[in-house]
Amino acid sequence: MRFLLDDEQREFARSLDSMLTAADTPTAVRAWAAGDTAPGRALWSRLAEAGVFALAVPERHDGLGPLPVELAVAFTELGRHAVPGPVVETVSAAAFLDRLDDAAAAAWLPQIASGKAVVSLCLPAAGSPYALDPDAADAVLVVEGDTVRLAETAGPVQPSADPARRLARPLGGTVLAQGPAVAAAAAHAAEVAALATAAQSLGLGRALLDRTVEYVKQRTQFGVAIGSFQAVKHRLADTLIALEFAQPLLHSAALALAEGADHRSAEVAAAKVTAGEAAYAAARTALQLHGAVGYTEELDLALWIRKARPLRDAWGTPAACRARVLAS
Amino acid sequence: MDLDFTAAEDAFRAEARAWLTAHVPHTPLPSLETEEGFAAHREWEGTLSADRWSVVSWPEEYGGRGASLLRWLIFEEEYFAAGAPGRVSQNGINLLAPTLFEHGTDEQRARVLPSMASGEVIWAQAWSEPESGSDLASLRSTAVRTDGGWLLRGQKTWSSRAAFADRAFGLFRSDPDAAKPHQGLTYLMFPLDADGVTVRPIGRLDGKPAFAELFLDDVFVPDEDVIGAPGQGWRVAMSTAGNERGLTLRSPGRFTAAAERLTGLWRETADPSDTALRDRVADAVVKARAYRLFAYAGVSRIAAGGSIGAESSLNKVFWSELDIALHETALDLLGPLGELSDGAADAPAHGGWAEGHTFSLAGPIYAGTNEIQRDIIAERLLGLPKGRR
Ligand SMILES: Cc1cc2nc3c(=O)[nH]c(=O)nc-3n(C[C@H](O)[C@H](O)[C@H](O)COP(=O)(O)OP(=O)(O)OC[C@H]3O[C@@H](n4cnc5c(N)ncnc54)[C@H](O)[C@@H]3O)c2cc1C
Repeated sequence: MRFLLDDEQREFARSLDSMLTAADTPTAVRAWAAGDTAPGRALWSRLAEAGVFALAVPERHDGLGPLPVELAVAFTELGRHAVPGPVVETVSAAAFLDRLDDAAAAAWLPQIASGKAVVSLCLPAAGSPYALDPDAADAVLVVEGDTVRLAETAGPVQPSADPARRLARPLGGTVLAQGPAVAAAAAHAAEVAALATAAQSLGLGRALLDRTVEYVKQRTQFGVAIGSFQAVKHRLADTLIALEFAQPLLHSAALALAEGADHRSAEVAAAKVTAGEAAYAAARTALQLHGAVGYTEELDLALWIRKARPLRDAWGTPAACRARVLAS
Repeated sequence: MDLDFTAAEDAFRAEARAWLTAHVPHTPLPSLETEEGFAAHREWEGTLSADRWSVVSWPEEYGGRGASLLRWLIFEEEYFAAGAPGRVSQNGINLLAPTLFEHGTDEQRARVLPSMASGEVIWAQAWSEPESGSDLASLRSTAVRTDGGWLLRGQKTWSSRAAFADRAFGLFRSDPDAAKPHQGLTYLMFPLDADGVTVRPIGRLDGKPAFAELFLDDVFVPDEDVIGAPGQGWRVAMSTAGNERGLTLRSPGRFTAAAERLTGLWRETADPSDTALRDRVADAVVKARAYRLFAYAGVSRIAAGGSIGAESSLNKVFWSELDIALHETALDLLGPLGELSDGAADAPAHGGWAEGHTFSLAGPIYAGTNEIQRDIIAERLLGLPKGRR
């Protein structure tokens, strides 16, 4: 029993963190929101070079994985930097295709691993009828029942509460595969998506906390730093507690997925609801403690704040997750 | 990263489980906060220690098994899963013993620990005073130098089970002229039946008589019962406080077992359409799981050479709020049956949920209130500036 990330995993997180810091991710997020996906795709290539997408792809298709623990580590950093685009959808599409094990897998998985293909995935059975950023994707997979189709068009794009997310119902297309294996693969992909989203939430929450701690140390009112007020301190202490206790649930869920454990669905659900709620609470706290400046678009903080609620509800709402925790 | 146990750890778990199955009393003992319950629990401590299960993590020479922290966690999981009695020796085992391991002398350890492990001597914590709760360093009771020892004078209060316990440990002001309140304090052990000690029981919120206040009137304590150096009591006591808030006072097994019982109650009694209640059950289950995994991560960190410092305050706030959530949710599932307490014939679990609920409400107060813990988290873990206290 050594329930700790090893040195290599920690180093991987650190290197992604510094790469994303150096890459000026907020600018790419703002561009993505404005409809210019080029800076986001450039970021995407660098993530691919770092091996992020290969973690979801098996070795026989030029990947490194599947490695759920490393995926959780990577997606925590993606969340910390609010990386835009269907990152979760791409890795879960990889998990889906891997389970189909046919020509489609051979065609798409190496491209996903190398970062050439951005793939969106829509699984209405997992909660949402919308695909994320299908207009920016190279392929969009839609699973209905036991049929998967490769959508022809993204469908009309609808705005999300987070400007860097765009939603659409993909239309038309050709049937790629059909049968019980499709449904099983989709269920597996939904677990991977929930895990990656939980990790993103955790990273997002940590970024919100870090920024807010820095802010309350330097903002003064009544002649002292607002961070010396107990009401402020206690709210931040609660934010830290919620995030700290979400982390082991995330890691345990990743291990359960890696081992294909029977209880993996409940584990992933527990991680998802806890990280999602913790990040949303962190966003509320961040906004409150920044005051009105936090309510402006100019501050990068807005990029994180506006993502918290959508991530909490994507790939398993809290209610759905809680039901799954007790279903086993 | 893994959560796998070795074959030896699995064997340890199996051994603990088998022993507990054979020995845990079939009917619950009376509350350890009452005189007869205290006696029954003292006897249980003796049963535990006869087979070396009372202090598994201590070295063998003091009655333990030299078990690793991880094995201690495993033992505690089995202990609570088996529904074994509460530990009447907990203040000694969780607070005094770690202090003696860290700051005591060999002579003190040899003298104090074996009788603590066996339940022969049960210890009370005499820290709080009427005017000194959260601001513990403001305490006023004194220790005055005398031939071969010290004379204690003053008053201690809210001391759990001191009404029935044998000995107590606490802080006293030995240098009234020290520059700061944290200086000039000395940590001492003293008998509760010594000349000059008056023990007055105080009823608790749950009607149990086991709190007590202690009036100390020139109580003699020999030098050999000073822990650490005279005047260094604050430092000695704070290493103990970390233990109290951290893992050892409230091990995850307790909440894991309670969450299991809560899930069972939900399956038996809940209206399936009441999703609000379902969500609260799920939250309690998830939090108990998070606490357990957090403990495993902490134990892994310690095994890798790390230590737990202010992180113990994260634990304190988390377990105390979790305990209340578990019990409040159970009471909501029980509805009108929820108020039946303490062995009530009609009550599920012998009224344990109602009794446990009242006790859980004390969690955010004792072992350092949660307000104080949040200050510690904000200042030491987040680096926020110290404000007025
Ligand atoms: C069940 C139980 C068992 C106990 N057992 C023992 C025992 O065995 N031995 C022992 O010595 N003591 C024991 N205690 C006492 C316990 O340690 C104290 O109650 C605790 O330290 C708080 O002190 P107080 O009760 O005097 O509250 P106070 O310090 O008066 O605090 C009252 C309220 O004010 C808040 N407050 C105080 N200062 C601040 C601040 N700076 N910022 C924000 N809020 C603040 C507190 O958080 C609390 O909510 C026990 C208490 C309980 C409830």
